[in-house]
Amino acid sequence: MTASQDLGERRSIRSLDFLVAPAIAVAFAVVGFGVIPAFGNDYWLNAILIPFLIMSLIGLGLNLLLGYAGQASLGSGGFMAVGAYVTYNVLLRLPALPLPFALLIGGLVAGAAGVAFGLPSLRIRAFYLLASTLAAQFLLEWLFNQFPWFSNYSPSGLISAPRLEFLGYDLTDARGRYLLTLTTVSLLTWLAYNLVRSQTGRNWQAIRDMDTAAAIIGIPVGSNKLLAFFVSSFVIGVGGALWAFAYLGSVDSRTFSLDRSFTVMFIVIIGGLGSISGGYIGAAFMVLLPILIDRVAGALFGGAIDGGQIQNLQHALFGALIIFFLAKEPNGLAALIKTFAARICKPRSSS
Amino acid sequence: MSFLLETIIGGLLVGTLYSLVAIGFVLVYKASGAFNYAQGSLVLCAALTFVTLVDKAWPPLAAGAATLVLMVTVAIAIERLVLRPLINQSQVTLFMATLGLSFIIEGLSQFFMGSTVHELDLGVVDLPIALGDILISRLDLIAAATAAILVVVLSFFFNRTRIGLALRAVADDPQAALSVGIRLNTLYRVVWGVTGFVALVAGLLWGARQGVQFSLTLVVLKALPVLIIGGFTSIGGAIVGGLIVGVSESLAEIYLGPLVGGSVSNWFAYVLATAFLLARPEGLFGERAINRV
Repeated sequence: MTASQDLGERRSIRSLDFLVAPAIAVAFAVVGFGVIPAFGNDYWLNAILIPFLIMSLIGLGLNLLLGYAGQASLGSGGFMAVGAYVTYNVLLRLPALPLPFALLIGGLVAGAAGVAFGLPSLRIRAFYLLASTLAAQFLLEWLFNQFPWFSNYSPSGLISAPRLEFLGYDLTDARGRYLLTLTTVSLLTWLAYNLVRSQTGRNWQAIRDMDTAAAIIGIPVGSNKLLAFFVSSFVIGVGGALWAFAYLGSVDSRTFSLDRSFTVMFIVIIGGLGSISGGYIGAAFMVLLPILIDRVAGALFGGAIDGGQIQNLQHALFGALIIFFLAKEPNGLAALIKTFAARICKPRSSS
Repeated sequence: MSFLLETIIGGLLVGTLYSLVAIGFVLVYKASGAFNYAQGSLVLCAALTFVTLVDKAWPPLAAGAATLVLMVTVAIAIERLVLRPLINQSQVTLFMATLGLSFIIEGLSQFFMGSTVHELDLGVVDLPIALGDILISRLDLIAAATAAILVVVLSFFFNRTRIGLALRAVADDPQAALSVGIRLNTLYRVVWGVTGFVALVAGLLWGARQGVQFSLTLVVLKALPVLIIGGFTSIGGAIVGGLIVGVSESLAEIYLGPLVGGSVSNWFAYVLATAFLLARPEGLFGERAINRV
């Protein structure tokens, strides 16, 4: 049994029915663009909503590659770094270009890097690919750390956005960065939602389910794999730029370490492979759970045990929860929620 | 010339240590079909336990025995509590589960035994040995010899005994193995127990080399390219892969490093492994997969 078959056995989960989708989208838009900016305070925007939205976007990017096209990658951190550093250099060196174009160029270059490091996928599959994409992670992280040109010879190696403004609006306060993030994330989610329902998305799913069979029915396997790497890395690159400038403000290459790639992978697997909403649910899990554990532990043991020790325990608890959810619902929390919703809507059906 | 030779020999010695860690992966991969990321944390856990016991004035042999018991117990518990509920899941899911597992082991080890750097003294005087005008680290030499002995014993155990034969059957097809009467649970316990033992040896040798601290877990990242080059299913492949990675890494650090500004050893092994994958997708000694529709 090859690993590509393993991946293929996961059901593609339709997160939203087509009639419900517009209604939910409108509701989210009203809350996201209207209610939250009007009432949310800076802590909520900065510490919870902005990282949650950005990690959802990055999870979505990897989900396109892993959940839809079946190609595993641990290079997400590296591609995030490409997006962030390229956007930074475009903003710095081409002052005439507005912010959306800088983000776009950052994403495109990250996409190109994704294609370059996706080339081995033409020869190798599944788990070996996971290992070879680590080459991208380490090489890119090293590259941005090693050559000071990328950080404009900043002595600490830190980069921070030269300007966050669009059409004369200053986006540097929490509300502005939140709106920038939300707009970008909504736009890309909408594009991804349509993409996976297009011919391209169906080609990807055919390749994921069995690439030999996909080739036999005439799907160009190689170019579709590379396209998946491009689109996925594009989304991840844009996410990386947002992570650097809309969330953290200033970053160095260590921000995009292997741990970041692991986090993204967790988001996709725990949220649900092959599901657009899975990225959001997984990101909520990965972003909110540590904060929650932190709060609870602080309330229970605050002062009684030394802080470093609490951190060790949190680490262990987090790992245990991850294993628990993987064992409990291998298809991801998106599937769990869907089953739960179905049970509530149709209480009498036997399924 | 002698400098080149010294580099190569040093690389070979480090390479045997890589192989030692990689063998732990091969065993688990053959039995449970999982790439066990937590192997690195097991190595840390073993070294930390040993050092903590020795610090409490236990005699080294007793400390070693107690650590061995702990490691074998932990390894068997991992198989029972983590991998068995996840049976039949995809490799990526299993990998992520062992990643979560590494959080648990690292968190708990450091919670109970602290996160300060410990010295680990195996009683070896680390003076270099001179062979002609080549200097060789005595510690590395002893570590390599230990690793080599362990490798020979393990290869014998898994190639020439009934348990080894059973392991090969399970690696090939667990259901078929069950149907001919192989006791899967016993086999899992044996393999995971051996894995705990290998982690202990690796922990002691690596710990003596670079001190017992959190960075020991990063050994796992060195083992991955070794496995790619050698193939996930072959003990012999893990050895050859380890030697290739060890030598090429030290050569790259010395000859390629200065050209691009240093610290190439972080990524060189991965680029090398990718190059190998492009030429031979199943690794040097891995089993070729045939795809049917």
